[in-house]
Amino acid sequence: MKGNEALAEAAIRAGADAYFGYPITPQSEVIEYLMRENPADRTGMQVLQAESEIAAINMVYGAAGCGKRAMTSSSSPGISLKMEGLSYIAGAELPCVVVNVVRAGPGLGTIQPSQSDYFQAVKGGGHGDYKLIVLAPATVQESVDYVKLAFDLAFKYRNPVMILSDGIIGQMMEKVELFEQMPRSNKEYEWATLGKKPGKNSVIVTSLQLQSEEQEKVNLRLQAKYREVEKNEVRFETYGCEDAEYLFAAFGSCARITRKALDMARAKGIKVGIIRPQTLYPFPVDEISRLAGQVKGILTVEMNAGQMVEDVKLAVNGKTPVEFYGRFGGMIPTPDEILEALEQKIIGG
Amino acid sequence: MAESNIISPENLVYEKTSVMTDRVMHYCPGCGHGTAHRMLAEAIDELGIQGDIIGVAPVGCSVLAYYYFDVDMQEAAHGRAPAVATGIKRVLPDKYVFTYQGDGDLAAIGTAETIHACNRGENILIVFINNGIYGMTGGQMAPTTLPGMKSSTSPRGRDVSTMGNPLKITELVAELTGTYFVTRQSVHAPANARKAKRAMKKALEYQKLNKGTCFVEIVSNCPSGWKMTPAQSNKWMEENMFPFYPLGDIKVPEQ
Repeated sequence: MKGNEALAEAAIRAGADAYFGYPITPQSEVIEYLMRENPADRTGMQVLQAESEIAAINMVYGAAGCGKRAMTSSSSPGISLKMEGLSYIAGAELPCVVVNVVRAGPGLGTIQPSQSDYFQAVKGGGHGDYKLIVLAPATVQESVDYVKLAFDLAFKYRNPVMILSDGIIGQMMEKVELFEQMPRSNKEYEWATLGKKPGKNSVIVTSLQLQSEEQEKVNLRLQAKYREVEKNEVRFETYGCEDAEYLFAAFGSCARITRKALDMARAKGIKVGIIRPQTLYPFPVDEISRLAGQVKGILTVEMNAGQMVEDVKLAVNGKTPVEFYGRFGGMIPTPDEILEALEQKIIGG
Repeated sequence: MAESNIISPENLVYEKTSVMTDRVMHYCPGCGHGTAHRMLAEAIDELGIQGDIIGVAPVGCSVLAYYYFDVDMQEAAHGRAPAVATGIKRVLPDKYVFTYQGDGDLAAIGTAETIHACNRGENILIVFINNGIYGMTGGQMAPTTLPGMKSSTSPRGRDVSTMGNPLKITELVAELTGTYFVTRQSVHAPANARKAKRAMKKALEYQKLNKGTCFVEIVSNCPSGWKMTPAQSNKWMEENMFPFYPLGDIKVPEQ
């Protein structure tokens, strides 16, 4: 299946209650698939094309505030428009899933794939001290599986979860195994606005606290939650690290290209491993720190001008040299280029 | 008659609806929000739908509306209430949903959300408080500020040649196929307040018909923003706002 369509099917199967979206290349197939598939008939899931990305994320806010499994998707310029809503959703502690099929920027940029929204995704993106949980699929299979995982994490922590995909994964076709249809939940959460219950206080969904003392309490509660997320939810994949003298760090589709460079390096006798963070927030700080004590240098490879490399450096904390190789603007690095960068910047550096 | 007699139970002719909380309102003296809140709360009460309604509060003076309505409510980002209400209504189609928004929220930053929710015919009630000014931020020019009207960002009066014209968004949404009932009311005098309540009650009743968006504008005052006493502001509203924003039904369902 095509990445975007598989992801849309996964949303139906994950028991989503609602999807609100707005067309933008390269992710329009998500809403097209859902409209064609008409999940209202299959599961009762509601699908609506909103008038803008801003409206779509606020519709997600409304549905999430009712304790429903709500989702939206977009690509970079559209995700920027959703940042206001995401900040409110994080502030009001509502669960939702947002997919960013990243294209190159800044501005209108190009519709070609990129990873240049890493900072926006993992550092908050909108205003205020908040975090999105960020999942980075490298395959169509992972895009599918992460939809289910994303809803689970969103409700576990009452926090927005972003699937940071890119134009490669969204547009390419791969074999994929779809999980079985899950029933839509009819659970009534006590924090959800479902109509005031007799004898109970009314439920208020808000991110507003006019008193600084109260707002600080909210911030402290959020920070405590993020520490829990960091403790429990770090996910990563390593390969070839047991005997590695050098290390690649890469995520998403770029990690697959880098993996090819690893095979080429191994064939030349270069002992290199790779770490692929599957969660970009929380970031696999401990594992990278551990590997930094083992290897002579780390090359971070990204389809941007160098974003995750900052988090790698923070995790490494000076233990070993960290270099960067990237292509951007919609250009995709080749395994040859990556191997050459490893040889020049790390081994020969 | 001694004061104690007035407040004794047998002299009660008018009870506070339980759909309003006892919380002391933060609104300025003479402001129309309190009455508008009460009329909407009474309409909810009379329909017996306190447990079946979800409200959406705006950003503006009524940002804290959820402290005063004793119903489940969500606080929307500035202007986004109709989108939030859409999200609620789409997942809870059997519940009643309303937004309560001011002119800056609804007719400036939220124009797109307002028009498109109305155009889709979302089965929600939009209550639109139009006092021609941004109250909460300290009296700046609103989309509905009258020509020549002074505000902190039109200190020499609104010059329509550079600042644009006041937006009659209620007439605009009445033109859309998706709206079912569109009316303009006020709450500055008892008869008007009662009429406004009847309009909001009717609008909520219509919501069960799934015929489209109901839109109730309430032309109101802002003594603080207009730099007037409450009495002056009501007089000024009658003399200046009503001629430009005439009261009455704009779109009524065909019988």
